[in-house]
Amino acid sequence: MKASSSYRVFQVFNTIIMTIVVFVTLYPFLYLLAQSFSSEAAVYAGKISFYPIDFTSETYKTILGKPDFFRYYGNTIMYAVLGTLIAVGATAVMAYPLSKEKLRLNKFFVPFVLFTMYFGGGLIPNYILIAKSLSMKDTMWALLIPGAISAFNVILMKTFFASLPNEVEEAAKVDGLDVFGIFTRITLPLSKPILATMILFVIVGIWNDWFSASLYLQTKEKWPVALFLRQVIDSAISTTEIGANSENTNQIAATVKSTAMVLTSLPIICIYPFVQKYFVQGMMIGSVKG
Amino acid sequence: MEVRKKTIDTTPLWRHVRKEWKLYSFLIIPVVYFLIFKYAPMVGNIIAFRKYRGGPDFLGTEWVGFKYFKMFMDDPTFWRAFRNNLVLSITYLLFRFPLTLIFALLLNEIRTIRMKKFVQTVSYLPHFISMVIVAGMVKEILSQTGPVNALLAHFGFDKIQFISLPHWFPAIYVSSGLWQGLGWGTILYLAAMTSINTELYEAARIDGASRFRLAWHVTIPGILPTIMTLLVLDIGGIMGSNFEKILLLYNPLTYETADVISTYVYRMGITGGNFSYATAVGLFEGIIGLILVTTANAISKKTTKTSLW
Repeated sequence: MKASSSYRVFQVFNTIIMTIVVFVTLYPFLYLLAQSFSSEAAVYAGKISFYPIDFTSETYKTILGKPDFFRYYGNTIMYAVLGTLIAVGATAVMAYPLSKEKLRLNKFFVPFVLFTMYFGGGLIPNYILIAKSLSMKDTMWALLIPGAISAFNVILMKTFFASLPNEVEEAAKVDGLDVFGIFTRITLPLSKPILATMILFVIVGIWNDWFSASLYLQTKEKWPVALFLRQVIDSAISTTEIGANSENTNQIAATVKSTAMVLTSLPIICIYPFVQKYFVQGMMIGSVKG
Repeated sequence: MEVRKKTIDTTPLWRHVRKEWKLYSFLIIPVVYFLIFKYAPMVGNIIAFRKYRGGPDFLGTEWVGFKYFKMFMDDPTFWRAFRNNLVLSITYLLFRFPLTLIFALLLNEIRTIRMKKFVQTVSYLPHFISMVIVAGMVKEILSQTGPVNALLAHFGFDKIQFISLPHWFPAIYVSSGLWQGLGWGTILYLAAMTSINTELYEAARIDGASRFRLAWHVTIPGILPTIMTLLVLDIGGIMGSNFEKILLLYNPLTYETADVISTYVYRMGITGGNFSYATAVGLFEGIIGLILVTTANAISKKTTKTSLW
């Protein structure tokens, strides 16, 4: 089709808008990166805009030289691995029977799950249950178990399972596989897009979680890196603790803060473009009702 | 299209369960999980009507009726939080809702696949960034030495202490929310657009429709169910707020415009130890949210035949 001239004007206009969106989205990252490689004096003078001034990697050496940082990082990695196994496993196990139309009790179980999307127990009852009644305070289980299954994820996965062709399962049944065999050897291998989506969502959730850690974890050694980062940004941690010699002793230098932010977000930013196509596909199939 | 035969299962329920017990057994652990971690806290809201004195007994010790509800109804701090909650959420919704839709339509008009993928990849990215980092970025960029103030100074304006001025808070809240969520918000619209029948576009084009008319008469009606579903969810979420972000961005200087119900509940309950009082406030918030989503859903069902349930 021949593009009309008004359409060409629109395309130019659209390209400009997209360029602005891309710039505005990326600029804060760029700014942090520039600040983290600049000298404290240059930051203090307000000289940073796009690139580092008085290039130095001193703050990186400082933070990476502290074993504490690696411990927080290691905690987060451990929580991410364990939490993903628990959450994705449980979500898949729950979603599978719910995707079967023939199950008559699903008339009860589906609304049972859906209701929790619209009404929750609230912060305080959850806190009391987890911290006091179940004595999960100061254990990593308080971070991994309570949020493991979300109604939204169950529905997303259920929709995906329901969209798989029935014939494959029927054939497997004829070949003598029982329900468990069909689930683990047929359904799950066919569900890579949704599993990848779910894994990414769960990892990101755990990687970014500081709030439940701040509620439940008292022992600093168990902290995830996100909570450590919050304390750094809020200067709620002393400068000696991260080994930074800031000009202003009460305040952690902006360069240290941005270095910590860069280091913490780095893994997500690196992995994300590679898994993006999976979650886009997963969200699409999961959300467009079949 | 496959024609599915609807056979009505007439076997007694117990026999049906016995026949399908393997599938039902999948549900045992998840259902127990839901009972403990989703439904028990709902029951735990009973302490809004009872005195909670600490300890593992999450149902409290003695009935006090509506005492805590009366208390917060007379509490000016609660009403300030209530007002801020509405102002922040509704302002955000008014910006986000149309902008997301427009952005999705514009993305859909990009003809170069690689450019489209690139813009999408970039615009989704902030969604995956920790709120701690988003709040940290906001503070750095708006700080005295940050680029915004450098720009203001460059054009001869006075520097502004954005983070400690209450009247700046709503703008910071809305713009940082748009920065983080606008791209991600388009994903369901784009998914819905791919499922629109291309023959509709062909037909409209033969009738001489321009690009704009195609978007208006084919794309928008095609994604209307998605638009309505998201709108219902948004309206249901008006009482909610971005709790984590506000907690990370506000400070006593900006409570006046930044304190919302969930942050008030946090301060009263977790920091202050007034568990029953904070639960009463939280329950009030939850019930209003439930009423809002139910009402929006009913209206949507009536007017556009699209509904969540």
